[in-house]
Amino acid sequence: MFGKLDLSAIPFHEPIIMGTLVIVMLGGAALLAAITYYRKWTYLWREWLTSVDHKRIGVMYIILALVMLLRGFADALMMRAQQAIAANGSTGYLPPHHYDQIFTAHGVIMIFFVATPLILGLMNVVVPLQIGARDVAFPFVNSLSFWLSAVGAVLVMMSMFVGDFAATGWVAYPPLSELGYSPTVGVDYYIWSLQVSGLGTLLTGINLVVTILRMRAPGMTLMRMPVFTWTALITNILIIGVFPVLTATLALLSADRYLDMHFFTNELGGNAMMYINLIWVWGHPEVYILILPCFGAFSEIISTFSGKPLFGYKSMVYATSSIGVLSFFVWLHHFFTMGSGANVNAFFGIMTSIISIPTGVKLFNWLFTMFRGRIRYHSSVWWTIGFMVTFAIGGMTGVLLAVPGADFVLHNSLFLVAHFHNVIIGGVLFGCLAAIGFWFPKVFGFTLNEFWGKVSFWCWLVGFYLAFMPLYVLGLDGMTRRMNHYDDPTWQPWLVVALIGALVIACGIAALGIQLVVSIRHRNANLDMTGDPWDGRSLEWSTASPAPFYNFAHVPTITSLEPHWDAKKAGTAYVEPTTYEDIHMPRNTGAGFIIAAISLALCFALVWHIWPLAIVSLLGMIVAFIVRTYDRDVDFYVPAAEVAAIERARFARLPTNHPTAATRFEEAA
Amino acid sequence: MSASLLLRFRRPALRLAVLVGVIFLQGCRLALFDPKGDIGNQERHLILLSTGLMLLVVIPVIALTLYFFWRYRATNTEATYAPEWSHSTAIEVVVWTIPCVIVAVLAVLIWRSTHDLDPYKPLASERPPLKVEVVALNWKWLFIYPDYGVATVNELVVPARTPIEFHLTADSLMNSFFIPRLGSQVYAMAGMETRLHLIADDVGTYAGRSSAYSGSGFSGMRFDTIAVSEADFADWIRRTRTSSPALDADGYHALTAPSEHEPARKFGSVAPGLFEHVVDQYMPKPIGGEVCGPSDSVARTPSVLAPSHTDALPLMSPAKD
Repeated sequence: MFGKLDLSAIPFHEPIIMGTLVIVMLGGAALLAAITYYRKWTYLWREWLTSVDHKRIGVMYIILALVMLLRGFADALMMRAQQAIAANGSTGYLPPHHYDQIFTAHGVIMIFFVATPLILGLMNVVVPLQIGARDVAFPFVNSLSFWLSAVGAVLVMMSMFVGDFAATGWVAYPPLSELGYSPTVGVDYYIWSLQVSGLGTLLTGINLVVTILRMRAPGMTLMRMPVFTWTALITNILIIGVFPVLTATLALLSADRYLDMHFFTNELGGNAMMYINLIWVWGHPEVYILILPCFGAFSEIISTFSGKPLFGYKSMVYATSSIGVLSFFVWLHHFFTMGSGANVNAFFGIMTSIISIPTGVKLFNWLFTMFRGRIRYHSSVWWTIGFMVTFAIGGMTGVLLAVPGADFVLHNSLFLVAHFHNVIIGGVLFGCLAAIGFWFPKVFGFTLNEFWGKVSFWCWLVGFYLAFMPLYVLGLDGMTRRMNHYDDPTWQPWLVVALIGALVIACGIAALGIQLVVSIRHRNANLDMTGDPWDGRSLEWSTASPAPFYNFAHVPTITSLEPHWDAKKAGTAYVEPTTYEDIHMPRNTGAGFIIAAISLALCFALVWHIWPLAIVSLLGMIVAFIVRTYDRDVDFYVPAAEVAAIERARFARLPTNHPTAATRFEEAA
Repeated sequence: MSASLLLRFRRPALRLAVLVGVIFLQGCRLALFDPKGDIGNQERHLILLSTGLMLLVVIPVIALTLYFFWRYRATNTEATYAPEWSHSTAIEVVVWTIPCVIVAVLAVLIWRSTHDLDPYKPLASERPPLKVEVVALNWKWLFIYPDYGVATVNELVVPARTPIEFHLTADSLMNSFFIPRLGSQVYAMAGMETRLHLIADDVGTYAGRSSAYSGSGFSGMRFDTIAVSEADFADWIRRTRTSSPALDADGYHALTAPSEHEPARKFGSVAPGLFEHVVDQYMPKPIGGEVCGPSDSVARTPSVLAPSHTDALPLMSPAKD
């Protein structure tokens, strides 16, 4: 009836986990009580859970990511504390059984449930606005995608309290992840949370590619697309290319674990090297999936705040596209030490260093965008500068790791750990935080508090260098990653510094929280009446802030790369239209939420081998999907009168003179 | 008086200089920057050379970033503002060319060094290489000296200035065999044999460990590599042969049981063909007894271990906490 599940699955004897459980339950209960007290359930259901509005789905992705960031970062602090203590015969406070789950969960959460949802959320919010679309191509699928990702996150969180999580490292190499060596449900939680969220990511990939290719405003040729949309296009093509590989790889591993197959086992002809190749065929493009939209965001930010068009737009497009293509030819650099021949290793080493060419070009282009600009020191610009400096270092150590002869001694060391945190924190995280600060007013109608944004930036920057530069040093001293304890006392001081760095980053995260609270409390002082708080250049800044649910009252005709900037220059921006038309919009639906909720039951049943529940919930998902396909009431028209009312209110609020744009042109003249 | 004042004034600076010096010296003692073998030396050289090459771009980029950021700040109305300027073919050519040139040089360096440092390539030396067979077990290392018929656990004794030819495999989980001061690491994988050639230039003790996470006992997979003179090595072999127990099938079977922080041990004799058996244990038994295909190693001796053990080497059962 309950499969492998019984009361012993709950780790009552682990005080750390039980303490967390109590906090989570109290917090959850308080949240539910608050929603009930303020009678917000209907609002929540109608406006958010069932929403198909790309902006709201994007916001929910980002909220999911920020919540999971707290969990992933708590794991990071625990690891840093363990390694700062566990020297000279001390085994620290975390036994390997617990520690190994923590570093696995940290990696999985940060990649799949922080970085990925941040990127997907940003693309969801920004892409339709930048191309003049009213929503994405498949709004219901978008809602389903998000809720599937959320189910993946819920499964990972659940594994902490019911059962355990994988203790295999975040890519779960066999034979360690096979049933013989990982007999508990940990790896099964890993598999199903990635399968369900991976499905969501793949659907979003398809959705956004179709949106970008088919729903651009008239006149917006590919070479008139804003650079963020270009990077989003390439990223989503990569998602479509590689997420099926992840799905297939994990399906083969599941076949080994559930059906007694031998794809990756030691015995009966299985071969773990196959898994390692397959997982990195997905895994390397995945890091470009994460970084490319951030490159796009930095490009928009640096150009906007320098008051200049992006230098070398075409170069940027070609560089982005070539990175997309090259990312498929480098996966073997994750295991030069497997014993491949020198020709194979040299090929993949050279291919990897070739990727640094377009990346280097991008850095130069950002430099020359600043050149002869008028840079306003907004916090998003600080993140960008922090990124450019940090990423240059991370890129350099990356190319060093791509030299097979150097990788033979640096592989799997803390040098490697320092490198990928250098590019993921310095690139992806800085990029997403810069982008959130940049596009926040477009979604919420007010700007974020600058002071706390800058405090957060400095804490993150200083904390990052304190936390990870020591790891470079330790890697050069031969310290391996994932060690629970170690016997070289000279490593300890460096690890203590790294712990201090992690604590400084904790201050940065706290500052982000304060920034959010302060901004919301003082929102009326920071309202963005114009819709264009930064003197922006691309289409999204031409509509109101917050953008109305239909995005644009009239879909504009695009004649240039920077339509809003050019309209401001020509004096045609902010001209109130005389007539309005009915607008065709998708209707909200609970189907995505319901199907995803049933998929949670399915995954839970599969993890615990509760076959009746698995069958029922699988059928439930299929039936719910079929029911949805018969739903004919999926869209509606916003009457022209309603549009007119909303737009007139906006133009009434609009300040008569635009200090930003006007002064800028005078200055330039 | 003035001298002592000067001294007092200088003291913090002096202390700082000493501190920097200490950190620098410690930098020189970092395992990868203080290699004790030819492979490690070449790899240190390669790391420094590639880093230097890349710094040629990275330093100017960082410097220009900070300079432009400061120079073109909005409050600096002295600086030129060119709000329309966004293209320059000359600059584009330069920014594509610089990384291309660096990468072209790097590509040559990668191609050459990867072939020079191929772990499978035997090292040139007047002395014949010492062959060591390495088996990664949960969670300890077994070293077999097939030419001498001895074996050790978690302690690798080698003659200095003699090339060592490692043959690596794992009994169950994947590990990576790594002695940072000597150079390259290579994976040890079950059912497969990999190779690695290293050499120690100096007598000394060098830490070795597994560099690929392999489960709960992984952190304790540490061993000392003790490089001794040739005479001492011969002496060590002699003493090991006479004074240590034998490693037979049952002894090996006992070793495969998971254990952590295993102390160093020696075996005076080893069942012949043990390593080949470990590599081949997952291969299905050939029908008719004859196997086609290349066989560069010694003749397989499937009957080395008692049949009761060869049929099913049980999977390790993870320690319950």
